[in-house]
Amino acid sequence: MSIDTGSISLEKIEQEYTSFVGRKIIFLIVLLLLIVVLIGVATTLGIIDLSVLEVYSVIFHKFLPQYFQVPSEVADQVVWNIRLSRILFGIFAGMGLGIAGAVMQVVLKNPLASPYTLGISSAAGFGAALAIIMGWGFFGNFLIAGNAFIFALISSMFIVGIARHKGATPEIMILSGITIMYFFSACVTLLEYFADPDAVKGVVFWMVGSMGKASWDKLGVLACVLAVCLPILIWKSWDFNIISSGDETAKSLGVDVDRLRNLSMIISSLMVASIVAFTGTIGFIGLVAPHITRMIIGGDNKYVLPCSALVGGLLLAGADVVAQNIIPPVILPIGVMTAFMGIPLFFYLIMRRRKGYW
Amino acid sequence: MFLKVKDLVFSYSSTRILDEVSLELEGSEILGILGPNGAGKSTLIRCINKILNPQSGIITFNDTNINTMTRMEIAKNLGYVPQTSTNPFPATVFDTILMGRRPHCGWRNSPGDIKKTLEILELVGIKDLAMRDFTELSGGQQQKVVLARALAQETDALLLDEPTSNLDVRQQLETMEIVRSLVHKNGISSIMAIHDLNLAARYADRILLMKNGSIFDVGDPFSVLTPENIREVYGVEAVIKDEDGRPYIVPKCPVKNCNECCQ
Repeated sequence: MSIDTGSISLEKIEQEYTSFVGRKIIFLIVLLLLIVVLIGVATTLGIIDLSVLEVYSVIFHKFLPQYFQVPSEVADQVVWNIRLSRILFGIFAGMGLGIAGAVMQVVLKNPLASPYTLGISSAAGFGAALAIIMGWGFFGNFLIAGNAFIFALISSMFIVGIARHKGATPEIMILSGITIMYFFSACVTLLEYFADPDAVKGVVFWMVGSMGKASWDKLGVLACVLAVCLPILIWKSWDFNIISSGDETAKSLGVDVDRLRNLSMIISSLMVASIVAFTGTIGFIGLVAPHITRMIIGGDNKYVLPCSALVGGLLLAGADVVAQNIIPPVILPIGVMTAFMGIPLFFYLIMRRRKGYW
Repeated sequence: MFLKVKDLVFSYSSTRILDEVSLELEGSEILGILGPNGAGKSTLIRCINKILNPQSGIITFNDTNINTMTRMEIAKNLGYVPQTSTNPFPATVFDTILMGRRPHCGWRNSPGDIKKTLEILELVGIKDLAMRDFTELSGGQQQKVVLARALAQETDALLLDEPTSNLDVRQQLETMEIVRSLVHKNGISSIMAIHDLNLAARYADRILLMKNGSIFDVGDPFSVLTPENIREVYGVEAVIKDEDGRPYIVPKCPVKNCNECCQ
């Protein structure tokens, strides 16, 4: 280095930087295309045998009714209310978990942070267990989901509250998160210990997570939450870059560190709570989708956040498609599938890197 | 008066770190802050940049109390170079320097910011590091990148906390020359905490000597860097020579062992 660096011209650096940014945009576009392909393929797969032509007639009938006929009432039901809603729900849920994980890792400066390690998922699990075993809860009609949502929010508000009191440092947030995770796990174990076996089975099934409860109503709720939360997080992505250079540096560059950390924790918890309430605990996506993304495109959050969302959506929805179709008519638990598909990919990426962790 | 600090007091719980510190920084000057470890140099710099909140005292910048300024307003006027810098996630040198443009734009950078970053890369002499990952660099290279980020901020004043501690002798001089030429050409000012007495003597226009959280002496290098002051503050016997019109300090020995070595 040092003064004799005339070898490389400024135009060359600018070119390299532009193509560096270009590669990230290409990755983003490829992910979007893959999602479109996934939707296209997934709607044609399933236990009820429909031809590809039938499936697409049903879909295009909605948009251009004069040109496409619905082949049968059953086909219409299966494609719209079962397959399409389920695949979209998987994509949206995965997007929310992926971006929430990416944000939590950055603001807590900890590569191990995720909705699961911060206790949000286990709090939701406790809420669900309370509803399943004891029949207690908020919101009569959405007993289990409502309970899971409320407890997930309580746990994250508790973390943010402690942070407000003691200063929003990453250490305090991680430690309180892990403590909460153990606390709610213990509570669930206690409930299960005294519950009858059928109820315990219900809790276990809920905890494993499933896309089976997807419907257009729930999809609408989730879409609204994402439509509010995702733009806010992506709008703050440059500040997230700066915060990972250290709190002092971030303050000296004009970023209100404590406020940003609290705001982004609240937003990502809200997103995770509304997802987990409908799907059950899905731990792996929030941890791994951001890491896969950073290994491929580096750490610039302007691209890491949207790409983590898309990688999360692809992983979750893709795993769900495989889980439904690998040994029909059995549908494997989604959590098991995401782990089986994500972990080999993750290790491949770790081994492929020449240097260090990244 | 450009930057004014009056009666600053800062404590961590019961330990008082800064005890009624007052200073004034003129336009276009380098103020070197000297003092032994734990004298409060870094704390003083952090208080001036509102990273730490002092218990009492007033800091004004162009006659505005910094408590009435938002963080973003302060960031437009004061650049800060911390002692050490880490990043748990990957970031290229280019993106790291680009962060310095944050106070000047909204949520995204513009082509002008890219151009500014390129200029700074050239100025600091780290063009060939541009696309490297910040965490892969040596301590000295990282220090230059962090300085470059503060320069990209284009502020009227720079707060430097040990900007040369990880650098070899040539890079120390290069870094100090960059700071001095910015101060003299662009009329910016700089407060610089530093351990190296001779580097301070050579590049600082005025020197502020601290001991146990208070100001021991302040003035031009010759009047502050005297054998008496160095004995009192550092507990070291030293000889002061005149080198190119600047004091040159030759430390001899710690005061308590003086009989054995300074005969």
